[in-house]
Amino acid sequence: MTSARRGNPVLLGLAGLAGLLLIVELLPRLGLVNERFLPPTSRIVAALADEVSTAAFWRSLGDTLYAWALGLVLAVLAGVLAGLVIGSVPVLRELTASTVEFLRPIPSVALIPLAVLLYGTELGSTLLLICYAAFWQVLIQVLYGVADVDPVAEETARSFRFSSWGRVRHVLWPTALPYVFTGVRLAASVALVLAITAELVIGAPGLGKEIATAQNSDAVATMYALIVVTGALGVVINLLTRTGERRLLAWHQSVRGEVAT
Amino acid sequence: MTVLRKVLFALALPVVLFAGWFWLSDGSESFYSPPLRTILTAFADTWQPERLRADVAPSLLRLLAGYLLAVVIGIGLGMAVGLNRRLRAVLEPVLEFFRAIPPPVLVPVIMLFAGIGDGMKVIVIVFGCVWPILLNTVEGVRATDSVVLDTARAYGVTGPARLTRVILPSASPQIAAGLRQALSIAIILMVISEMFASSNGLGFTIVQFQRSFAIPEMWSGIILLGLLGFTLSLLFRLAERRALRWYEGLRAARRRAG
Repeated sequence: MTSARRGNPVLLGLAGLAGLLLIVELLPRLGLVNERFLPPTSRIVAALADEVSTAAFWRSLGDTLYAWALGLVLAVLAGVLAGLVIGSVPVLRELTASTVEFLRPIPSVALIPLAVLLYGTELGSTLLLICYAAFWQVLIQVLYGVADVDPVAEETARSFRFSSWGRVRHVLWPTALPYVFTGVRLAASVALVLAITAELVIGAPGLGKEIATAQNSDAVATMYALIVVTGALGVVINLLTRTGERRLLAWHQSVRGEVAT
Repeated sequence: MTVLRKVLFALALPVVLFAGWFWLSDGSESFYSPPLRTILTAFADTWQPERLRADVAPSLLRLLAGYLLAVVIGIGLGMAVGLNRRLRAVLEPVLEFFRAIPPPVLVPVIMLFAGIGDGMKVIVIVFGCVWPILLNTVEGVRATDSVVLDTARAYGVTGPARLTRVILPSASPQIAAGLRQALSIAIILMVISEMFASSNGLGFTIVQFQRSFAIPEMWSGIILLGLLGFTLSLLFRLAERRALRWYEGLRAARRRAG
């Protein structure tokens, strides 16, 4: 319709990205920013190309992704299980509400010293932080989801003598599923942040540690290149979880409505 | 009766957990998990007014400064970007990219520019917090009801009044969601920036305790950080409930109608 006159959003977006690259190239070249603080785009790209050709880079990337995936899976399993149990028993829900509200806002970085003492610079430290941070995201969403069950559907299932398992499977689970996915989406990005943070601060193997090493050895361009990689990783994870959500929930009202409009 | 029941339910589990930790750890010989009794004594000994002034106050001030700056910049830029369709299309991928960068990796970059002083920590907090606020403001502004906009225009509401009376209120629930996200990021960055390079502050002190193997003191620091996170989120929720009371009411009414 009017997209031709207003400009294609994809093209405009690409123009925006190109503009950013150009600005980063020009700022140090024109001497507006010290080159030692912000190397021009071309040097960052060259450093990135160098990194990509080393085996160490791919190993770090693998380490980061492994910690991220494992932590995420553990947190999601624990969160969904705890959420379904707590959410479907009203007494439990009331009993745990205050504790959940207290534990949730505790910043996971507060656990860094503890993780170091318990696990040193091993994978365990990273996992502890990821699981702690991601667990709450999932749990809260599952609790919302369970609370959202339509009482009529629940009572209908009861009248039809669905077993408790059948009610969980056919009433509770489909209702809670969109919330579970929201939780997973939030947890996936939080888990990445925590994975990189743990590597950066504690020194567990992964991209974060590489960034710290680059910083310590004054390899500024490499540091920027690695940061760009972490950003790209974040974008990819966002896109994947969003498309995954849309695919897997294609049957659900919220997604169907979204597609229709 | 119901109030009593509520209080009872709210307190039961925390009390049980606390008592459980206290009794189970009481005879603990483990170096890493000392008895809670010891931790509590250490808490009282460690966080004296003097230390609160020397370490906790600077942390909180940096947090406050960084957060407020991020709020002003985020909402200001967000309104500008949200109101201009073309600007939004140009900037959206760039903003999404910046948001996707894990904020703690900014610490080494900003250390290059700003050294390791207070300025660095405040800039780190601003840089980490601004994206959720900015993007949520953009979304909120964009989702302003077009009927409301047209009505406002028909009544001649233009210029600053249009921004403050029409667009800002309608975007405020979404902005509040961004502000809440930003608050937890701000706390994380406050701690991380101090763990990296600092001579005072909560994060610095806790890492110092850990490195000198002052384990009960370290635990007391973790507890203090937890209390801080809890208190700040409580304050935020109270403020949000006050500011968005109309929205809660609207949503409840809609839910009843739907």
